[in-house]
Amino acid sequence: MATFSTNEFKAGLKIMLDGEPCNILENEYVKPGKGQAFNRVKIRKLISGKVLEKTFRSGDSAEGADVLDTDLAYLYNDGEFWHFMNNDTFEQVAADEKAVGDSIKWLRENDVCTLTLWNGSPIAVTPPNFVELEITETDPGLKGDTAGTGGKPATLSTGAVVRVPLFVQTGEIIKVDTRSGEYVSRAQK
Amino acid sequence: MQHTWQPTTSIENLKKRGQILRAIRDFFEQRNILEVDTPSLSHAPVTDPHLVNFSTKWISPSQTGETSLYLQTSPEYAMKRLLAAGSGCIYQMGKAFRNEESGRYHNAEFTLLEWYRVGFDHWQLMDEVEALLKHIVVSPNAERRSYRSLFVEYLGIDPLMVSMQELKQCCCKLGFESIADTETHPDTLLQLLFCEHIETKVDPSVPLFVYDFPASQAALAKLNPNDNRVAQRFELYYQGVELANGFNELTDPKEQQTRFQQDNQLRAQMGLPEAMIDTRFIAALNAGLPQCAGVALGIDRLLMIALQAKHINEVIAFPTSNA
Repeated sequence: MATFSTNEFKAGLKIMLDGEPCNILENEYVKPGKGQAFNRVKIRKLISGKVLEKTFRSGDSAEGADVLDTDLAYLYNDGEFWHFMNNDTFEQVAADEKAVGDSIKWLRENDVCTLTLWNGSPIAVTPPNFVELEITETDPGLKGDTAGTGGKPATLSTGAVVRVPLFVQTGEIIKVDTRSGEYVSRAQK
Repeated sequence: MQHTWQPTTSIENLKKRGQILRAIRDFFEQRNILEVDTPSLSHAPVTDPHLVNFSTKWISPSQTGETSLYLQTSPEYAMKRLLAAGSGCIYQMGKAFRNEESGRYHNAEFTLLEWYRVGFDHWQLMDEVEALLKHIVVSPNAERRSYRSLFVEYLGIDPLMVSMQELKQCCCKLGFESIADTETHPDTLLQLLFCEHIETKVDPSVPLFVYDFPASQAALAKLNPNDNRVAQRFELYYQGVELANGFNELTDPKEQQTRFQQDNQLRAQMGLPEAMIDTRFIAALNAGLPQCAGVALGIDRLLMIALQAKHINEVIAFPTSNA
């Protein structure tokens, strides 16, 4: 893998730090009028998700990380791995629980997710921004309530729990924003 | 939609910039300080290993071949040649050029205000810098702190006595181990601790003069006659910005020659080409530079403070990338 000098650092560049692939978020050039220049770099570690600041001497370099985002369709879970497939090449990739993380509660068969691969292995799974899932359990709401004031918890087919308006019932399919975990609307039929 | 032909500054900031430049010239006019404009091009490069010149070739119809010329990183040598020639107190507000510098507070071509006061020491000049700052922005009275006292207060180490090992330990504790592990020069670690720790801890709302920098970072300042471990150099910090750097100016030509040679030794260690020493500048010191104090202040940064800009591009017409 190539190495990158601090003057090539920019938002989005993937580098290795402490043995972990990282994404550069910001790169600020710091230099006293008399003396050594530094780069103050804000970094997200791609496995732990931690965001931290790291100072480099200007001119120092870091090893590039072989990190690739790819869109794959979710197939099934075999109890240990979550299997995904490239719809063009039919190539399959298996992600473990650590890589799937919190996305587990949004995975619906055939939905296309973004998998982050490091050296070809998945380290993160990002679900689509919006998913449509069936409500498997929720308390019956009050008749005539259409304003949705307050709302109520609803359990979805994947096990996720979201707050929904009172008028939405068990068996209905709803649209959820996976980034915030919030109810958006009833699904379009 | 922002097009690359358009200025990065707003027309409102452009007007304020014009007003502030005029106010600065008024300040010097009131004090009877002569405005000068020395050349941007010089035959000698800068020796400071942390500065990079732009260079070009001079082709003269009256000469065969071509001569290397350098865009000056500050007008210091030329202004001191004028002082040695008897100019008296002078100021200059013009462009300076530093290659490989770009960022929130850096543009490769920038506006530098530099002035020299004959008969002043650096304490008197700090007072005048503070007066200029207050002439342009509303600010509280400045604090004056020695470099050493800041290290003692914020890091518990004495920068004049500390061993390289202790410096490295201090850097590692703050998460700078990747730099500390490979660094061989104590000044780099001191600069790292100053920029990345002390500067981020001091109160940004109070202008701060830092004085008595270590002799190893003296640049062109006289050493303190009472403690030659430190130099009579000061810096002004305000609102998180390094705004100015000043000296009680070194007048001894032999000492100046030695410092240039030390710069070149450091350049060799860093794998950089040797920089030709400016012999006309040394000759001017030999002829006699009067006792004086001088300071350089970054005008674009002062404007950033005055106009509350987040990036230098907001106060300059066209950054180098769009020039």
